[in-house]
Amino acid sequence: MRDETMREFQVIGRPTVKKDALAKASGRAEYADDIAMPGMLHGKLLRSPHPHARIVRIDASRALALAGVRAVVTGRDFPGVRYGNLPQTRDYLPLALDAVRYIGEEVAAVAAVDEDTAEEALDLIEVEYAPLPAVFDPEAAIAPGAPQLHPHAPGNVSAHTEFQFGDVEAGFAQADHVREDVFETQPVKQGMLEPHACVGLWEPSGKATLWSCKMSPYVVWRQLSMGLDLPPGQVRVVQTYVGGGFSGGKQEAMPMDFCALLLSKRTGRPVKLVHGMDEVLTIGHMRHPMKIWLRTGTTRDGRIVAQHCRLLANGGAYSSIGGFSIFLAGAMLNLPYRVPNIRYEADRIYTNNGFCGALRGHTVVQMCFARESQLERIAADLGLDPLELRHRNAIQPGDTTANGFRVGTFAFDECIDRVAEMSGWREKRGRLPKYRGIGLGCGAHLSGARLMGHSASAAELRIQEDGSIHLTTGSTDVGQGVETVMAMIAAEVLGVDPDDVSCTKVDSASTPVDPGTFGSRVTLFTGKAVERAAEDARTQLAALAAERMGLDPGELVFRGHEILNRNDERQRVSLKEIVRYGAFQRGRLVTGRGVYAAGDEKIDFRSGYGNLSPAYTPTACVAEVEVDPETGHVTVVGLWGADDSGTPLNPLAVKGQVIGATVMSLGHALYENLIRVDGRVMNPSFRDYKMPLATDIPPLERFKHANVLTWEPEGPFGAKEAGQGAGTGVVAAIANAIHDATGIRFHRLPMTPEAILRGLGRVPEAKESAQ
Amino acid sequence: MNDLVPVSLLVNGVRYDAAIRPWRTLLEVLRETLALTGTKRSCGEGQCGACTVLIDGRAVNACLYLAVEAQGKEIQTIEGPAAGDPVLAQIQRSFATKGAIQCGFCTPGMVIAARALLAERAQPSEDEIRAALVGHLCRCTGYVQIIEAIQDAAGALARDAAPVAARVGS
Repeated sequence: MRDETMREFQVIGRPTVKKDALAKASGRAEYADDIAMPGMLHGKLLRSPHPHARIVRIDASRALALAGVRAVVTGRDFPGVRYGNLPQTRDYLPLALDAVRYIGEEVAAVAAVDEDTAEEALDLIEVEYAPLPAVFDPEAAIAPGAPQLHPHAPGNVSAHTEFQFGDVEAGFAQADHVREDVFETQPVKQGMLEPHACVGLWEPSGKATLWSCKMSPYVVWRQLSMGLDLPPGQVRVVQTYVGGGFSGGKQEAMPMDFCALLLSKRTGRPVKLVHGMDEVLTIGHMRHPMKIWLRTGTTRDGRIVAQHCRLLANGGAYSSIGGFSIFLAGAMLNLPYRVPNIRYEADRIYTNNGFCGALRGHTVVQMCFARESQLERIAADLGLDPLELRHRNAIQPGDTTANGFRVGTFAFDECIDRVAEMSGWREKRGRLPKYRGIGLGCGAHLSGARLMGHSASAAELRIQEDGSIHLTTGSTDVGQGVETVMAMIAAEVLGVDPDDVSCTKVDSASTPVDPGTFGSRVTLFTGKAVERAAEDARTQLAALAAERMGLDPGELVFRGHEILNRNDERQRVSLKEIVRYGAFQRGRLVTGRGVYAAGDEKIDFRSGYGNLSPAYTPTACVAEVEVDPETGHVTVVGLWGADDSGTPLNPLAVKGQVIGATVMSLGHALYENLIRVDGRVMNPSFRDYKMPLATDIPPLERFKHANVLTWEPEGPFGAKEAGQGAGTGVVAAIANAIHDATGIRFHRLPMTPEAILRGLGRVPEAKESAQ
Repeated sequence: MNDLVPVSLLVNGVRYDAAIRPWRTLLEVLRETLALTGTKRSCGEGQCGACTVLIDGRAVNACLYLAVEAQGKEIQTIEGPAAGDPVLAQIQRSFATKGAIQCGFCTPGMVIAARALLAERAQPSEDEIRAALVGHLCRCTGYVQIIEAIQDAAGALARDAAPVAARVGS
């Protein structure tokens, strides 16, 4: 460990209340749906009732004749430019043009004086469809003769990834034991409580401004510019408070965003659109359902010598970020283990379902469920303790993995030990009563991906004459507490309080361009940029203070809003006095700038080789469950997690992140499933799409999380990822606990009461109807 | 449209008179007519609890409550003056200091639910807190810090209420 860990910090590492907490607790935080503008109209979207159809004709004349309706737009009113996340995946349109490819796809939009009128007008738009054969299952979609969704994607292959490291054949040849299993995962929704909402205003000057709850406003900005065929300079995206995101639609421009702007252009009024929760749960953006075939070879003593994975992802009708999704699942296949020989082949398939993309933990969650369930079987086959099997294969700090990840800090062994100790694993495993069980699941995550496109973050920091600090970045606070942590970093460097630092929300017209908030990148990438911006400002202040105090800048320290002579602390000036001196007497304004760039270490997506992230977080989770054999109900009676998030900058926020991620995965394991029959979502409401409640989590004394502290040199003040890794091992931990309790091994999620009863032989195997 | 009816609503001690369509929910009227947007619109069907307000001290989902039905009753929303309600103010402080707030969208409803709970039971058990929150979804926090915040608020209020002598003696 370096000296920094020993250093006494003024701000870093102290539980710090979020800057916006009281505004949110008193209802003063303004979310997108809270915006009202004079003359504002309300928009609604007409959605396709068909999973696959050609649009023959749209007649909006009756809708336009309805009192209170101001405008109707269809796909023909847009420039017809497709947009998307990656150059090769531009398959989105603002509204459907010639065809619809899933039930719920947006076909037309109305602006009216109020929501009721807009809703009524939707019923008056006549759309003539010519239904086409549809396909919902990825295996059916790649079969010869299957209906084809997109002309550019023969065989419905939306994306394909394959790579190999080491010698997989030789690896399996030296294995004493080989296991093959197939696992299947379900569609899971982001489940944020704030539905997507936006307000669009197209000014007569041609400037198009969108206010919306976006996690990555600059992605939206570029996509709007593409789909509207406008120069980016004419588009402005302003971030509001974000009521939960977890990736998905808040990462991208959605049809509602385009329609708000075009309807505003047509009417000369601001136009607001807000999704109903039924719409949110019907439309795209969800976790990819996957079929994962996994073959793992080990030596007799449990060392993994080779892994081969084939993956088929049901991508739905459009690409979203799906190309990266299936890449990531393979790239993270080996973490947190040493696997010398890896082969990975994955296809993402277009089907006539709502499309899939990123969701907290992205595709790492599915892969960890498969791998950790299989490792449990391997441990049993070899007669090894599951903890010991993990220890024997654990990646160690300083390792370079077969696919080129250069791992820095990585306290995985300690995480395993910690959860074993907290959960009482050694006392409980094999000793619990019938229908009670304990299981382990592990995982890992990135601290931001080094992407081939926009990867770098920047920060700007201005010190005002009263000593207050104005910080701008392009990152968004989506509830995880970015503004607070960034303020803490700047405050630590400059010797002030976090309350002295104000942060602005993203406005594409004034904040630094940034990839956005995803992939657990913000604390590390933006945090590092903020640290450097604050250091830049400190250097400027030190030069001014040195001038003023007749000292060398190297002799100065910053503490308690003052600049002090390190050798004689009686000699000191206040920070604001120096700012004023600089501005008033010298004309030198203190404005710090900092950047963090991924550098040249980008990953090569074709070969799959490279150092994907600056830092990696290992995690371990133990779950204890009780199964009711009469009802099949699973009660999670204990959850203990440990991860190595480096040095937590704000422990209060880190706790919220790891617990939140854990409970989200609990839902994924046991309840959540977007049920679709022939492409129609059967449970588009929170009544029927079951997310965990306060009564579903273990008692607080048996729900604990520990941070194993390391000092990650890549991160700001030793920090790395915290919000996603903790959720990656949980699903398998619960699956393994259920196996321990009942002997039922689940290869398919979620592990519902019905499935438990089937496994116990209490009810007959049902034919799988939903997919 | 001439289907408007007059309503008179007492919200946070302030009397509001408005003309609304009779089928408008209290949530819609609070947010759109009275511009009290602290009460959040999420599921719109009584599942998530984000729109919870107090009506005569009882927590209800404003999305399932017609505005006309709320006449003659005392409505308290998250915008209610915390200065006049030390319990509400303490709950808000505890939510902040215990990290119970992430995105904040469920927070107004959670705070109101906690207010109703503490009115009924000053020192609720952990299970009683969970039961009081069962009509509320939070996707960010995993509930732990929300439960801890309500425990903290109950504890702080008990300390404040304790006789001075007892506090000095402890």
